[in-house]
This record gives sequence, structure tokens and C-alpha cells, in this order.
Amino acid sequence: MPNSVGRLGHTGGVRQTELLLFTHTGNGSFGRLRSQSWAAGNALEAVMIIRRPDDIHPSEITPEDVYRERRRFMQSAAALAGAALLPGLGLTATAQAAVTLGTVTKGPFSTDETKTSYKDVTSYNNFYEFGTGKSDPAQNAHTLKTDPWSVTVEGEAEKTGAFALEDILKPHPLQERIYRHRCVEGWSMVIPWVGFPLADLIKRFQPTSKARYVEFVTLYDPKQMPGQRWPILKWPYVEGLRMDEAMNPLALMVVGLYGKVLPNQNGAPLRLVVPWKYGFKSIKSIVKIRFREDQPLTTWHRAAPDEYGFYSNVNPHVDHPRWSQARERRIGEWFKRPTLMFNGYGEQVADLYRGMDLKKYF
Amino acid sequence: MAASVARKAVKTTVFLACLIPLGWLIYGAMANALGANPVKAIIHGTGVWTLRLLLLTLLATPLRRLFGWAWPVAVRRMLGLFAFFYAVLHLFTYLLLDQSFDWPAIGHDVVKRPFITVGMLAFALLVPLAATSTNAMARRLGKNWKRLHRLAYVVPVLGVVHYYWLVKADVRAPLVYGVLVAILLGWRLRNRLAVRHPAVATQSVERTSRWPQCPDTSR
Repeated sequence: MPNSVGRLGHTGGVRQTELLLFTHTGNGSFGRLRSQSWAAGNALEAVMIIRRPDDIHPSEITPEDVYRERRRFMQSAAALAGAALLPGLGLTATAQAAVTLGTVTKGPFSTDETKTSYKDVTSYNNFYEFGTGKSDPAQNAHTLKTDPWSVTVEGEAEKTGAFALEDILKPHPLQERIYRHRCVEGWSMVIPWVGFPLADLIKRFQPTSKARYVEFVTLYDPKQMPGQRWPILKWPYVEGLRMDEAMNPLALMVVGLYGKVLPNQNGAPLRLVVPWKYGFKSIKSIVKIRFREDQPLTTWHRAAPDEYGFYSNVNPHVDHPRWSQARERRIGEWFKRPTLMFNGYGEQVADLYRGMDLKKYF
Repeated sequence: MAASVARKAVKTTVFLACLIPLGWLIYGAMANALGANPVKAIIHGTGVWTLRLLLLTLLATPLRRLFGWAWPVAVRRMLGLFAFFYAVLHLFTYLLLDQSFDWPAIGHDVVKRPFITVGMLAFALLVPLAATSTNAMARRLGKNWKRLHRLAYVVPVLGVVHYYWLVKADVRAPLVYGVLVAILLGWRLRNRLAVRHPAVATQSVERTSRWPQCPDTSR
């Protein structure tokens, strides 16, 4: 029997209800998503408030190497910063907002190009959940509540269930990676992200051999995300990667930028960053990770299949049907510069697409 | 005497008002107040003001017919020329900041991108309107002047299409302009039908007949 039931916030009364039953089985493993009931065919997310059993030891869900890495990280961090000064990610979001992330090491693949200013990175955003104007997210995203936050893992994996954000993040040492970011609209930035490899997270869930794709879903809650009151896109926002893309070392799960906790408008508290793809692939405010056998139907692809492909790799030779992708405007510059194949990450990712017709699989 | 002073005051006010968007863009560009992507703000700003001014020119006749106001018609030419002025700025900033005057790329864009094609066509149609906007040209062209200047109905439609095709997903703004254009053109169409077929549209005749029917020399 479930010993803890998460009652979920529901939007629009009878329009939809999602019931998540959090189970705590005797052996201390994480609960699984037991039942989901949808009303009126409206597959909408709801805010989840899930009580977390206190007696689950993280090591029971964490692969041992990752767990040991965590211990090492804790120890070295404590030695460096002093245990009292280490701001763990278990802090509440309000406390986090003013705080930096603590020990963040320099990660690989960073560019030495001039970084886009913090102000521009956090005030010029495409996050339609908070409005379609570039400054809308910075103005409206304060309504997003990132604590408590839970991520549901579903599908073709050994470890599934609803995980508190703290448990998602706990084993992973944070690193900074300065990536180029290319929007499909033709502008770009250089952003110092703080996060950890997506591959490390995925390994913990032990996807089965059937898991060929991984799908990500953004929170759906029009109360917190006023942009969702308009059917501009099919909500909730869905993105996905082929499994080998997701396991590529470039793919990053991000919790911060510029050494600070991720601002809401940039996709707090947890987002994806896949720098060789157009920005919309780097889904924000993730509440669900689903391992699948079939290719997920991603939001922009669904909205305009001839304009936005599943892969959406940055490619100067394949134009958007309505505009050229050959060049881009780096934010902060007056004139455009050439766009690089795979956004300049060909060395890391070109092999993933060997033999594929990238004009067809755009 | 008083009337001519008033007319002058209206014209001066409208003239200065039409310079405000440009002033804001220049100030914003210099004071770094146009956000993270000032180029987009400039190209978008000049484009949207072109469209808005074109709509205002189409509002002059309805205002006169419905409320008996004469001054909108008196400033209509100025509004049209300002629309052309902002269209020139729009085109120029596109050529300079978007394309760096890379003519082959521009040619490619015009041929291959429908929204650019439509935008260029709209601009091309504005040129003869601006060129023939003087009294002397109006006299010289006579009846053809009026015929030519009916292009003022076509250009805003193209402008809306240009805007609509550019937008990624949120088409609300271009749709609002589309609706405004439809209302302004629909009103004219209705009047036309009412004049031709009074029996079909008695109600509208009744409505317009409350005001003295001007000889329809205006748009």
C-alpha cells in the first residue's frame, strides 16, 4: 500500500487531474508512479507535492561509483570551503536565489569566446510559458515555484518513480561549462552554465535495452506559468533526444549559470543544455524524464513539422523554410557572423549522425 | 485666420509625434536601452511603425465620414510620407545590419523567403506613392493619381502578410493588425456596396446618410 499520497494541485477544476501515488516499498527503494488518471483527454501536468519518506538512504538508489564520487566531492568541498559554508542544493529556492552554487569545478569543452553578459543572458529569453516576448520571462517567471520540485522518471528504465530534486542532484559534482548557444531565430550567446553531464544522471536510472530515446517534459501549471493560458504551443512543452545523443558528454543538465543558481527565466530549477542543437531543444524546468522505445513527438516539431525537425542540429547549410541559418547575430554585436556546423561542436557530435542525410533529418 | 493657425498647429504636432518612434530608437541605441538585441528592436520598430502609420492614413476618411473631422485628412499625406520614411529605415537597417549589404545574399533572400519577397513588394509599391505625393503630381496625373493611390489599400495588406510570415508561433500581434486592416478596408467596401446597391444595404445607407454624403474623392 502506498504510505504517502501526493495530492496534486489542479488547474481548471474538472479539466484535468493527475493523481500521483507515491509508494514506499519495504526494501526502501524509490516509489514508482502507480497510477495516472487523465480527465477529458487533456494530458496536462499538475504541480506535485510529494512527501518524501525520510528513511530512504540515497545510496540505495545511486550507483556506487556515482555515490563514491559524491562522497569525495563532499569531502574535498568541505576541505576547501569549510563544511559550514557549503551551500548544498537541499536549500530552499528562496535561500538559493541569493546564494551561489558553492564548489563548481571547471568542466571540459568550454569556449574562450567572450561571454554574453549576465544581464543579457537573464533578460533575453525564449520561454513561452511566461510569454512570447523576449523580456516576458524575466518579468513573469517570478511566479514559478521551484521548491519543492520533483522529477518523475518513467518508461524503459530499472529505476523509475518520482524523485525530489535534491535526490536527483545529490550525487553529482557541479562543473562550469562555457557553451555557445544558438537560437533557431538566428541569434546566439556564450553562456557559462553550471551543471553535470546528462549521461551521469541517466546511468542512475539504468535504462533498459528498449530505451532508444529519452523524452523530457516541462512543468504544466498555468497558475505558475501564465503563458500556458494561451495555446501558442501544445502544452506541456516536450523535448527529446536519441539515447546516444543524450549520453554524449556534451549534453548537460544545468542548475546554474555564471556561478549562480539558475534564474527562473532560464529554466530553473533543472534544465537541459545541448549546445550543438538549436536552443529550443534545451528544454527548461523539467518535471519528467521518460525513456522510450519510439521517438517522442517534440513540441516545436508538432507545431510546424516542416520547420522544426526532431534533431534540430545547428546547421548553416539547412535553412529554416522562412529564413537562412547561414549566419547568426551574437548578442552584443551589431553585425552577423557565420554559423558553424553543429554550432562548432562537430568534433564531439558529428559521429552521432554519420551516414544520415541531415537535409532530411534536420 | 484662426483656422489656418489651428491647421498649422495640428500639422506641427503630428509631424513631431511621427518623429517620436525614431527619436526613441536613436536614444535607445545610444543609451543601450533597446535590450539585449538592439538590432532586432530597430528593425522590428521601424517595420511596425511603417504599418501603424499606413493604418492611420486609412483611418482619415472614416473619421471624417463618421465624425465630420477634417484634420485627419489634412495630415494624411504627411502620415503616408512618414510611413514611407520608416519603411526606408526598415529596409536600410535590414540591408545594413541583417545582411551587411551582401547583395547576392539579399537577392537570395528576396527570391527564397516569401516574407522578404512580400516585404520588398510592399516597399516597391510605396515608392510611386511617395514620388507622386505632391500637389503638382496629383494635378499632372489627374484621374490616374487616384487610381494609383489605391495602392495604399494594398500595401498594408502586404505589410500584415510580411509580419505574419515572419513570426515563429505567436501570431497574435500580426493578427491584430490584420483585423484592423480588414475593418478599415471592409468599411470602405461596405460603403461602396451601399452606394451601388442601396436596396441590399438600406441600413448602412441610413447610417451614413445621417452625415452629408461627400463626393467620394477621398479614400
